[in-house]
Amino acid sequence: MPNRFLSFAVALCIGTVAAYAPAIAEDRWIIVASTTSTQDSGLFAYLLPIFKTRTGIEVKVIAQGTGQALDTARRGDADVVFVHAKSQEEKFLDEGFGVKRFDVMYNDFVLSGPKDDPAGVKGKDIETALKTIQAKGASFVSRGDRSGTHAAELALWKQAGIDLPAAKGPWYREIGQGMGAALNTASAINGYVLSDRGTWISFKNRGDLQIVVEGDKRLFNQYGVMLVNPEKYPSVKKELGQAFVDWLISPEGQAAIAGYKIDGQQLFFPDAEKKGA
Amino acid sequence: MRAPMSDLPLVLDDVSLQAGATTILNRLSLTIAPGAPTLIVGPNGAGKTSLLRLCMGLVAPSTGRIDWGGRTDCALARRAILFQRPVMLRRTTAANVTYALAQAGTPRPLRASRAAALLDRVGLSDLAQRPARRLSGGEQQRLALARALARDPEILLLDEPTANLDPAATRSVEEIVLMAAQSGIKIVMASHDLGQVRRLAGDVVFLVRGALCEQGRAEDFLDRPTTPEAAAFVRGDLVI
Amino acid sequence: MSGELSAWQLILNGDPTLVAIVRLSLAVSLSAVALAALAGMPLGALLALTRFPARSALVVLLNALMGLPPVVVGLAVYLLLSRSGPLGAMGILFTPTAMVIAQTILIVPIIAALTRQTVEDLWVEYRDELSAMDVGPVGRMTTLLWDARFSLLTALLAGFGRAAAEVGAVMIVGGNIDGFTRVMTTAVALETSKGNLPLAMGLGLILVVIVLAINAAAWGTRVWSERQAG
Repeated sequence: MPNRFLSFAVALCIGTVAAYAPAIAEDRWIIVASTTSTQDSGLFAYLLPIFKTRTGIEVKVIAQGTGQALDTARRGDADVVFVHAKSQEEKFLDEGFGVKRFDVMYNDFVLSGPKDDPAGVKGKDIETALKTIQAKGASFVSRGDRSGTHAAELALWKQAGIDLPAAKGPWYREIGQGMGAALNTASAINGYVLSDRGTWISFKNRGDLQIVVEGDKRLFNQYGVMLVNPEKYPSVKKELGQAFVDWLISPEGQAAIAGYKIDGQQLFFPDAEKKGA
Repeated sequence: MRAPMSDLPLVLDDVSLQAGATTILNRLSLTIAPGAPTLIVGPNGAGKTSLLRLCMGLVAPSTGRIDWGGRTDCALARRAILFQRPVMLRRTTAANVTYALAQAGTPRPLRASRAAALLDRVGLSDLAQRPARRLSGGEQQRLALARALARDPEILLLDEPTANLDPAATRSVEEIVLMAAQSGIKIVMASHDLGQVRRLAGDVVFLVRGALCEQGRAEDFLDRPTTPEAAAFVRGDLVI
Repeated sequence: MSGELSAWQLILNGDPTLVAIVRLSLAVSLSAVALAALAGMPLGALLALTRFPARSALVVLLNALMGLPPVVVGLAVYLLLSRSGPLGAMGILFTPTAMVIAQTILIVPIIAALTRQTVEDLWVEYRDELSAMDVGPVGRMTTLLWDARFSLLTALLAGFGRAAAEVGAVMIVGGNIDGFTRVMTTAVALETSKGNLPLAMGLGLILVVIVLAINAAAWGTRVWSERQAG
């Protein structure tokens, strides 16, 4: 009797492994380390099937904060990085982990806050808004995760002349998570939060939140793409990865990016140049 | 030295068994020779169970020596024991017997037929496919007997096997034991039932408080006990 | 999966993405249970039946490891399998294989510890009989494991529950890649972070129902088997 049982158990194991074998069988694929904001906005769900139909290459996206995505690439666990924090990306290049950086697209950040706007910042420019929020101690949610959005947020505090480590208090909530989680938190506590427009538009749990500051030049958000350096990690799939990079900055890829809309609103604006940045 | 291994005669030489501060068996010297069944008799707590476990080799004496057919290693070649409450393996009756056969070294092709023969011998053929845990007390004891006989034992030790059984079940167990004795197996059985002693015994070993009190042929013990404790016991008095 | 459709509609339509996610969740967690049983049950039985100086310490350690945080296991496995880690050349990071490895490590202590306790308890009952039948050390392990199979099934279900419910380990070593390493728990996390709370809740309920169904099936198997074997 134990033998019958054992053979059944073995058959079950083989069966379950076979169940997901088809997924492994694909061999034209790359790993792209990108950001949660790009994923949560739904851009990849729209873009990648187009790329796959065109080239037959499967793109597997690991969505993390920009800092984490670059670290993943530094460990050699990704073929391409596609993030939005230029200074961090340039540092990555300087360290020799990337081949070349290309601008791909931009969108902007928006400051969202509760409908009743307790800090009274609606319509102001971003620097004034941040100063007011800090002065009044209004709840502010920060991603706190070394993401592109977090980096932009820190830069804005600096530009507003605020020494954040000194000024931090119970009003400043650092959650160490992605954009969606930050929006959820802000929605729940009726606080202010800086978000990229793409995630904002596709976010479903706004609660009482609405955009209070937008259009400020300082809220510009640039996305860049890099192939991970195969000289550092020979396992990098350089032809397939380069194909993805090339497609993103090609007229076809750029048109596809522009074609992504939610409720008729375009989320990302292509801006690749012919040369690398 | 390389003669066919026999466990008989089973000799205990000045054997004591301690458990912490308690003395369970006290300087026991005993010889168990081939022949008619030997019944180990005595009041509860006299050490009958411990004596059987010693004879089986499940426990070692604290002092003294025990040897089986002149050997002091206790390899369980041809000994078997039945406990008062047998533990059934969680499988069918027949599977319990084939398990015992396998452990005793029976080659696989022979197991099924030998198991069937053993079940027949103990009268459980009809219940071969029933889960062993579903058998009645008497049936389980008979299955335990089948498992013990599967070892083709020279000595069969039994620890009050019918203490918890009704008379009908007791009788079927005793019949099997008697048939085993007649086929040449040496029976060593603990009992506190004088009727059983009269029915089964060839000779009797009477223990009181871990010591050997009286020893001899069954009729002599029952009709003409020589020690006061034995007389009291046979009379039916409590032997403190 | 579109956010507009509710979880209920996804089930009714037999949405292929949902089906793939459910299939992968079951494949990963069931494989982990099978592997953990293969490793953990003999380990638990061995620990139950042998005596050696460090034994008590090992038993305590094993019990404590039942509470291993999934995210810590995930991180450790990630560092092992990363290209810059010792096993990077295998290239299995961000695949279901890595997820199975992480979950197996997570639940081996559960299965081993529960097996140890069960076998130890049963040994008390079986010791005399098995010694009388001259059963050797390996025979003792296999006999006790087989006879304890109903209690051990509960241990397997405990392991499965832990594996199917965790998100930390599979998120880190799997990467929650759409279509490849997305499982029920990481899908719930993702939909929550996208603000699709009703959908996330719906997916969560689907997961609970599936785990419930598996437990019910195990219960039924046990009842049927007990009828056969007592």
